[in-house]
Amino acid sequence: MTLANPSDFNGSLQPQGWLRYFSFSLDHKVIGLQYLVCGFLFYLVGGALAGAIRTELVTPLSDFMPRDTYNEVLTLHGTVMIFLWIVPVVNGAFGNYLIPFYVGARDMAFPRLNAVAFWLIPPAGILLISSYFIAGAAAQSGWTAYPPLSLTTPAAGQVVWILSVLLLGGSSIFGGINFIATILKLRRPGLKLMQLPMYCWAMLGTSILVVLSTPVLAGTLILLSFDIIAHTGFFNPSLGGNVVVYQHLFWFYSHPAVYIMVLPAFGLVSEILPVHARKPLFGYTTMVYSIMAIVFLGLIVWAHHMFTSGTPPWMRLFFTIATSFIAVPTGIKFFNWLATLWGGKIALNSAMLFSCAFIVNFVFGGITGVALAQVPFDIHVHDTYFVVGHFHYIVYGGTVFVIFGSLYHWYPKFTGRMLNEDLGRLHFLLTFVGFNLCFAPQHWLGLNGMPRRVAEYDPAFTTLNQVSSVGALLMALSTLPLLINVVVTALHGKPAGDNPWNALTPEWLTSSPPPVENWIGEAPLVTEPYGYGHHQDQPQEVAA
Amino acid sequence: MTSTAPLQDSGSRDLSPDPGHTTAHTSEGHGDFRLFGLATFLVADGMTFAGFFAAYLTFRAVNPLQEGSTYELELLLPTINTVVLIISSFTFHRAGKECRDGNLGASRLWLAITGALGAAFLAGQMVEYFSLPFSLTDNLFASTFYALTGFHGLHVTLGVICIAIVALQTRSGGRNTASDHFGLEAAELYWHFVDGIWVVLYGILYLL
Repeated sequence: MTLANPSDFNGSLQPQGWLRYFSFSLDHKVIGLQYLVCGFLFYLVGGALAGAIRTELVTPLSDFMPRDTYNEVLTLHGTVMIFLWIVPVVNGAFGNYLIPFYVGARDMAFPRLNAVAFWLIPPAGILLISSYFIAGAAAQSGWTAYPPLSLTTPAAGQVVWILSVLLLGGSSIFGGINFIATILKLRRPGLKLMQLPMYCWAMLGTSILVVLSTPVLAGTLILLSFDIIAHTGFFNPSLGGNVVVYQHLFWFYSHPAVYIMVLPAFGLVSEILPVHARKPLFGYTTMVYSIMAIVFLGLIVWAHHMFTSGTPPWMRLFFTIATSFIAVPTGIKFFNWLATLWGGKIALNSAMLFSCAFIVNFVFGGITGVALAQVPFDIHVHDTYFVVGHFHYIVYGGTVFVIFGSLYHWYPKFTGRMLNEDLGRLHFLLTFVGFNLCFAPQHWLGLNGMPRRVAEYDPAFTTLNQVSSVGALLMALSTLPLLINVVVTALHGKPAGDNPWNALTPEWLTSSPPPVENWIGEAPLVTEPYGYGHHQDQPQEVAA
Repeated sequence: MTSTAPLQDSGSRDLSPDPGHTTAHTSEGHGDFRLFGLATFLVADGMTFAGFFAAYLTFRAVNPLQEGSTYELELLLPTINTVVLIISSFTFHRAGKECRDGNLGASRLWLAITGALGAAFLAGQMVEYFSLPFSLTDNLFASTFYALTGFHGLHVTLGVICIAIVALQTRSGGRNTASDHFGLEAAELYWHFVDGIWVVLYGILYLL
C-alpha cells in the first residue's frame, strides 16, 4: 500500500468479481453492499419472526406456540430488526456507499476499521439466532432486557444476547467514528460543510449520537452480565440493587437509538425528493439546524419511556417538555419536504412513492409520539399496543419505507441496471396497504387496554388482531415482488446509464457501477447538490 | 486544484503494518486524522465511564447501604497511586518531547519510566484489592467499587502494554522517529485520558 500509487489502495490482493462481497474488502462500496445484503437477510429472519407473532395473535389463546417460545420470538424479532436490519442498513449500507461520494473522497477515512465494523455483524447475528439452539433457550426479556425479568429468565440465552448486542454496539461505534472523521476531515478541498448533501448532515448527527450514547448501553449491559454471571446486585432488588438505574442507562442509549434509526432516513429522503420533484431542497440551512437540534434534544428526553417507573414529578415535567420540543425541528423538516414537493414536476416512480408514503406515515407516528410524551396519556397507554403501533409507524413506516425508496433510487447506481417499475409499484402497494392494515388497528387495541408482549388476550380484541395479522400477511407477500425484481433485473434489467434520474449529487457523476476508486481522474467539486433550475443544462421543471 | 488521488491515504494506514509510510500524508491539504479518530473513540470510551459514574452516584443517592455495611476506604495507598499516575503523564509528555527533538534514546528511557509507573499503579491497586474488607458480591457499594476500579485498571493494563510496544518501536530505524511517531502520540493521548479518568474516579469514589 504505497502512497504514490493510490490504485493499490484497495490492494491488488483483494478478490475481484462477486467474490469480493465475501472478502475483507476495503472498498466502501463493497462494504456498503455487504451491509445492505446482510441486513436484508436479517430482515427476512426478523420478518419470519414477526409472522410467527402475528400468527399466534390470530386467536386469543396461545395455541400456535408455547408462551416461553413466544417470548423468545418477540425478543429475537425486536433485536434482529433493530440491531441487524435497520441500524446497519440505514447507517452502514447507504452511509458507506454514499458518504465518500458526497465528500468527494475515494473511500472512508479508516477503510480497515470500516471492514472490521462490518465483519462484526454476521458473527453477532449468527450468535444471536443460534442462542435458540445452542444455549437451550434464547433471551426472553424483550429487546429492552429489563431486570429483574432478564435476571430470572434462562441465563445462558440472555448472556449470549448481551454478547451479541455488545459486538453490534462496537460495530456501530466504529462506524460512527469513521463517518465523523470522513465528513469532517476527508472533504475534498474547496467543498464547504454547508455545501454537503443533506444525508451527510444526517449521518454526522447520527454518528454523534452513536458515539455519545452507544458506549453507555455497552457499560450497562456489562453490569447486567455481571449480575447474571457473577451474581452481583447492580440491578437486582433482592440484593439491594436498583432496576430504575438500568432503565435510565438503557434509555440513555435507546432513545437516541430511535434517532440513529430515523435521522439517516431523513437524510436519504432529502436526497430522493429534490431529484424526482426537479426542485432544490427547500430550506437547506433550517434542515441542518433542525438535525442538530434533534441530536441535542434526543440526548435529553430518555426518561419519557419511564413515566410509570416511579419517576418524580419534576422529572416528568422536564421530560414531557423536552420531548414535546422535538416536534419543532421535526416539523420544520416535514414542512421543508412538503415545500420541496410543492409545484415540482413530480415523477411518481417507486422511489418517490415510498418517499412520499414515508412523509405520511411519519407524520402519523410523530403525532402519536407527541401524544405519548404527555404524562397522563402515556400512563394510560404505557406497555400497551398503542406504543407498539407508534413505534412501528416510526421505524417501519418511517425508516423501512425510506430504505425501500432508497433501494429503487440507488439500485441503478449499485448495479448499472434499472429495477422494474411495475414490480416496484406492486411492492409499494402491498407494503403500504399491509403496513397500515397491520399497525393502525394496534392503536385502537392499545387504547382499549391490550398489553404488549403477551401471547394471549381478551377475546374482545380478536377482530382487530385478525385485521392486523392480515396486514402482516400482505407485508410478507410484499417481499416477493421485491425479490423477483432484484433477481430478474440482475439478469435482464434495462441498462441504467451513469445518471438515469438526471441528478446532481456526486455519486451520479461517475459510471454505474462506479470504478474502484469512484472516479476516473479527479473527484468533481459539487457545490450545489440541489441546484435544479440554477443552470442552463439542468432546467428546473415546474408544473404549470 | 492538485490531484485529489491520494486524499484518503493518511487514514487508510490507520491499522496498516506497512512500514514504508514516512511522508506525504500532509501534502494534499488533508492532515493526518488518525489522532482525530482516536480522540473520537476516547469520547465514546469516556461515555462508558460516564455511565458507570452516573450509576455509582445514583446508587449512593437512592440506595443507602444497610447499617454497619458501609466501608471506609483507606486513603493512603490510592492517594499515592493517584500521584504516581499523574507523574506518569508528565513523564510520557517528556518522552514525546524527546522523540520530537530526535533524542530517541532519551525518549525510550522516559517511556520506560512511564511504563514502570503504570505497572507500579497496577501493583498498588492489587495490594489494595487484597487488603480490602469486602469482595465483589458483598453489597452494592462493593460491586460498584470493583466494577469501576476494575474497568479503569483494564484501561491501565492496556496502556502499559501500549507503552511497552511504543518503547520498543522508538529506536533509530523503528516506527517512531522524530518526524513520524503516530504510535507514540496515540499512546500518549490514551494515557492522558486514562489518567484523567482516574482523577475523576478517585474524587467520587474515595473523597466524596
